[in-house]
Amino acid sequence: MDLDTVLRAIEATAIATEIREGESSFPWIESIHVLAIALVVGSISIVDLRLLGWASIERAVRRVTGSVLPVTWIAFVVAAVSGALLFSSNALTYGHNTWFLLKFGFLAAAGVNMLVFQFGINGSVATWDNRTTPPPSARLAGALSLLFWVAVITCGRWVGFTLQPGLGG
Amino acid sequence: MKTKALLDFCDTIDATALSQAIQATKWVVPLVQTVHILAIAALLSSVLMINLRLLGVAGTDQTLARVSERFRPVVWWSLPVLLASGLILIIGEPARALTNPFFQLKMCLLVVVLIVTLLSQRPLYGDSRFWDNRVATGRAIAMLSLLLWSGIVFAGRWIAYL
Repeated sequence: MDLDTVLRAIEATAIATEIREGESSFPWIESIHVLAIALVVGSISIVDLRLLGWASIERAVRRVTGSVLPVTWIAFVVAAVSGALLFSSNALTYGHNTWFLLKFGFLAAAGVNMLVFQFGINGSVATWDNRTTPPPSARLAGALSLLFWVAVITCGRWVGFTLQPGLGG
Repeated sequence: MKTKALLDFCDTIDATALSQAIQATKWVVPLVQTVHILAIAALLSSVLMINLRLLGVAGTDQTLARVSERFRPVVWWSLPVLLASGLILIIGEPARALTNPFFQLKMCLLVVVLIVTLLSQRPLYGDSRFWDNRVATGRAIAMLSLLLWSGIVFAGRWIAYL
């Protein structure tokens, strides 16, 4: 079974059909997606800026991550679910859209960066928790995260302009 | 609202060299929309952190005044970016925005939320514990603010569909 067969099967599901053909399902889900992704990127950037030593510097790194990351994760789950629903409605078109694939490349990069930070760099956080400027590895993780998430948003917005007409700008 | 005067105004903007230039360059609108969304991300997250503190849900290791000091500038700096990027989008497609009920709703909600934000932040300058002594009112304001900002994001996305 090739990929296109899978994408067509996704499109043919009842929920995908409803989102595609329904009067207003798509814009409702899309609005939720925009709200969620804005909160993902906005909240993670609060952590990134702390790692870079650029903002919230009077506050310990673990205090910042503790109060911000729960917001990031909840918003991420909402963004992922709403995004999956939007994808299902036109799986074949999205699956062949360069910007969409690029978006997922950057999303994967942000994920790997986060894992490297969480299970590597963050292991020593106790020793630099209160430092205004964290070590270079942590600063690099913060900078890469900012970069990848801005790229995710940019590609995501370009998806809307490179699909066939009728899907909304 | 879709009066003759408004439609004429849209035509006037549409005919300007700037509008024509934006319309002729394909990448301007998606690029400016990207900037607009990034500014919304910065603003929304900052508003959320202030309001979560007001609700007593997150950041309780710091005072509300301290949390506000950290995030208030982000809110006020995001606004001119949103205004400028929004203005470019309007000049590029005046009728799509100005005559659109969702755009008009978005602007009304914006005025309301700005007034709510100003009124709720103002007392903190004189008395940093102002909202600590008025917990219930503070929570109601936080909920109202989050509801209004979410409404603004929703209305903004719906402009594309009407």
